[in-house]
Amino acid sequence: MTFALPSWAIRALDLPPEAGPTARDMDALHATIITITFAGTAAVALMTLYYVIRYRRKREFEATPAVVASGKREWIQGALLLGMFLAFWVWGYAQYIHIETPPDHSMVVYVSAKQWMWKFSYDDGQTSNDVLYVPEHRKVRLVMTSRDVIHSFFAPSFRVKQDVIPGRWVNAWLDAAEPGVYPIYCAEFCGVGHSTMLGEIHVLTEAEWAKWRRGADPEEMIARGREAATKNGCFACHTLDGQRHIGPSWSRLYGSQVKLTDGTTVLADEAYLTQSMMDPLAQIVDGYQPVMPSYRGHLQPEDVGAIVELIRSLKDGGGKEPTIALPKLVVEKTGQTTEKQP
Amino acid sequence: MTVAADLPIPPGAEPAKKSFLRAKTTFLSWALTTDHKRIGILFFFATTLMLALGGLFAMLIRIEHLTPGPTIMTAETYDRMFTLHGVIMVWLFMIPSIPTTFGNFILPLQIGATEVAFPKLNLASFYVYLLGASIVILSLFLGGIDTGWTFYVPYSAHTPARVLPTCLGIFIVGWSSIMTGVNFIATVHTMRVKGLRWMKIPLFTWAIYGTSIIQILATPVLAMVLIIVGIDHAFDWGMFDPARGGDPVLFQHLFWFYSHPAVYIMILPAMGVVSDVIPTFARKNPFSYRAIVYSTLGIAFVGFLAWGHHMFVAGISTFDAGAFGVLSMMVSIFSAIKVFTWVGTLKNGSISLKAPLLYVFSFFFLFTFGGMTGVALATMALDVHWTDTYFVVAHFHFIMVGGTFTGFLAALHYWLPKVTGRMYSERWALIAWALVTAGFAVTFTPQFFLGNGGMPRRYYDDPPQFQWLHVTSTVGSWALGAGMVMVLVYITYSFFRGAPAGPNPWGSRSFEWRTASPPPERNFQGPVDFAIDAYDYTTPQEPE
Repeated sequence: MTFALPSWAIRALDLPPEAGPTARDMDALHATIITITFAGTAAVALMTLYYVIRYRRKREFEATPAVVASGKREWIQGALLLGMFLAFWVWGYAQYIHIETPPDHSMVVYVSAKQWMWKFSYDDGQTSNDVLYVPEHRKVRLVMTSRDVIHSFFAPSFRVKQDVIPGRWVNAWLDAAEPGVYPIYCAEFCGVGHSTMLGEIHVLTEAEWAKWRRGADPEEMIARGREAATKNGCFACHTLDGQRHIGPSWSRLYGSQVKLTDGTTVLADEAYLTQSMMDPLAQIVDGYQPVMPSYRGHLQPEDVGAIVELIRSLKDGGGKEPTIALPKLVVEKTGQTTEKQP
Repeated sequence: MTVAADLPIPPGAEPAKKSFLRAKTTFLSWALTTDHKRIGILFFFATTLMLALGGLFAMLIRIEHLTPGPTIMTAETYDRMFTLHGVIMVWLFMIPSIPTTFGNFILPLQIGATEVAFPKLNLASFYVYLLGASIVILSLFLGGIDTGWTFYVPYSAHTPARVLPTCLGIFIVGWSSIMTGVNFIATVHTMRVKGLRWMKIPLFTWAIYGTSIIQILATPVLAMVLIIVGIDHAFDWGMFDPARGGDPVLFQHLFWFYSHPAVYIMILPAMGVVSDVIPTFARKNPFSYRAIVYSTLGIAFVGFLAWGHHMFVAGISTFDAGAFGVLSMMVSIFSAIKVFTWVGTLKNGSISLKAPLLYVFSFFFLFTFGGMTGVALATMALDVHWTDTYFVVAHFHFIMVGGTFTGFLAALHYWLPKVTGRMYSERWALIAWALVTAGFAVTFTPQFFLGNGGMPRRYYDDPPQFQWLHVTSTVGSWALGAGMVMVLVYITYSFFRGAPAGPNPWGSRSFEWRTASPPPERNFQGPVDFAIDAYDYTTPQEPE
């Protein structure tokens, strides 16, 4: 029992565009129930208004008849109402089971959540950060876990949400019918970066998907990362060739243990790199000044993923091309090293 | 304004020479009082102060959402603000407010008692509340807490903020809640005036009785789980740590086992106020007294079985989820029966639109819409999209602010002349009511749309497409805030300077009005006469 909602109704309810059939079915239920909700509330309000006018006080200390409600009518009314609520439940529960049960033969993507990023691992060994690539007209099962606190994978356009819990593997699934780009939010409060834990689902056409699967993607991602880094001025402080500058070089950074000013070390993984862009002052690398501004809100999720991909590509040593004019190192008598810009 | 009561004034109900307010006036006579009426007033000041603080946080949170990115605070501050807003409003205002203030003051009067069963325990409850509340406030200065009022582990076990002081404060406030609940139950059972049968007790007292049952049954579970979380954070116990065999979802079960019934602790007393205000201002017996009593008890018991609907996306089995879905529908039927009965009570009445009734009508509209969206949420599939978004925020603010808070304001206006013997200004009350109701609607209606659009809760930064809805909501909060300040000002004014109200300005027949206003120290001066029913308006008694 379902129907497609006209587009004006979707706009009126302020619902995000429907990415697939599950979303379409849910919106039908949504519209039905919200309409009944409005009607019920309006009925109560109108009834009250009518009585207030009809039975307004005409003189002080009026006597009124004592009314004794008929018990039978009360039971019937209650039963009818409960019947309606239970009908809602039957319809909703059927859909709930549909949403919660990934179909057999779905394509599997592993999702690992961490403060404050999403990592997606595909069955052919590829991975991506914050951007989930899925083909159109395929059912995609997400097998998810968290590496720290509880997060919640929320894709509003698919009407899908699932808490991602440390120590457990939980399932969700997507049926993507319309190619396009759809947002991912974290819906369970997970700390100070909660509202920056954003991602995107890219629903690709068959051709785009085939190209992505051939692995053409890493090079494209790296190129995109380079472009984003140039546009955002990253290279004013970071080098790609191992040269020391205002910020740490990106060469051989990924996967290394980074020493921080407070004496601890962290693994420079996707999460660390993402956090360094969003909240750079949280962890300052030993020997550097806390001068980097936050790029929260300035970088698109896909750019963040692309920049991380670029840094990852440099894990065995950087590119040849120097990204900055080399500073001249001057050793003074005190033995301190200072940098002078040419 | 002096309106004579329409009942023959019983011998003891002429204005008392010494009301409970004037009988003793030393500081210690207030600080160490065992008079339930004075303790009610002490609680009123304490809980209203908490309301003001929680409201201030709410206003700041709304201002932060005026612009994308940082507006007036950092993300760290924002997280502390919404946590403290929730903690203060839930545990320090919503749960204690109506039972400890109006319950304390009115309940013994409604059953013809001269005091509560355990007067000293009642006073202890107040100081235990003060202690707990002070610790919660103090935690603000010890680094604050940023977990949200739900304290979900493992985040709450590892957050850089402080967790233990807040948990300890709520633990202590829980004791106060239990003490008050035990006291009211014992009072209703043992202190009723001779001849007052259970099914003659006024409906507000029934509501407080039902609330007390939930308080003493559910609070220990919360107390236990909060102490575990506090110690987990302070000493790294790892009770819910999956790496050490714990289960973070177990915490959610324990937390909601209390916190869902707690919703009924918050709404039942307000429902009791509504059940008593309507008969007074419509001069009409309730459409069905029994339906209201049974639905109160129904909510008190079935309310314990619905907690899992907070966890539809938390990885519980579809079987569990389905069971909790059906049980949630069962609970909502009791609220629906109440709404029908209230509206039915207006029929054939003699309706006078005074401020208490206006707030009750706001309650009707807002609570019905809030409740219906609750039914929509219990329609499980839709909850998947809505949970943890602003839809849920709007839903429970419709119940908690639109329901409980308007019930609180109705009670405040209704019983102000009972407590102080003075009247508020009906004109100012009308303006404030319009501001509060319209402000509320403008603040929270956009949040339903934010939730539909997918805006998650507890976001410091807003995705840009949601901005205009946030701005509308913030502007609404200013009207709501202005209305509340206005209420505070004219109620305070009328406390000292209001026109004398007489013993029964509303012409109510409920039992608490059958004595002087304000009542004498021992509540009734002569013999208590409850021969005419609390809702019997069939016999006109024109004043001489």
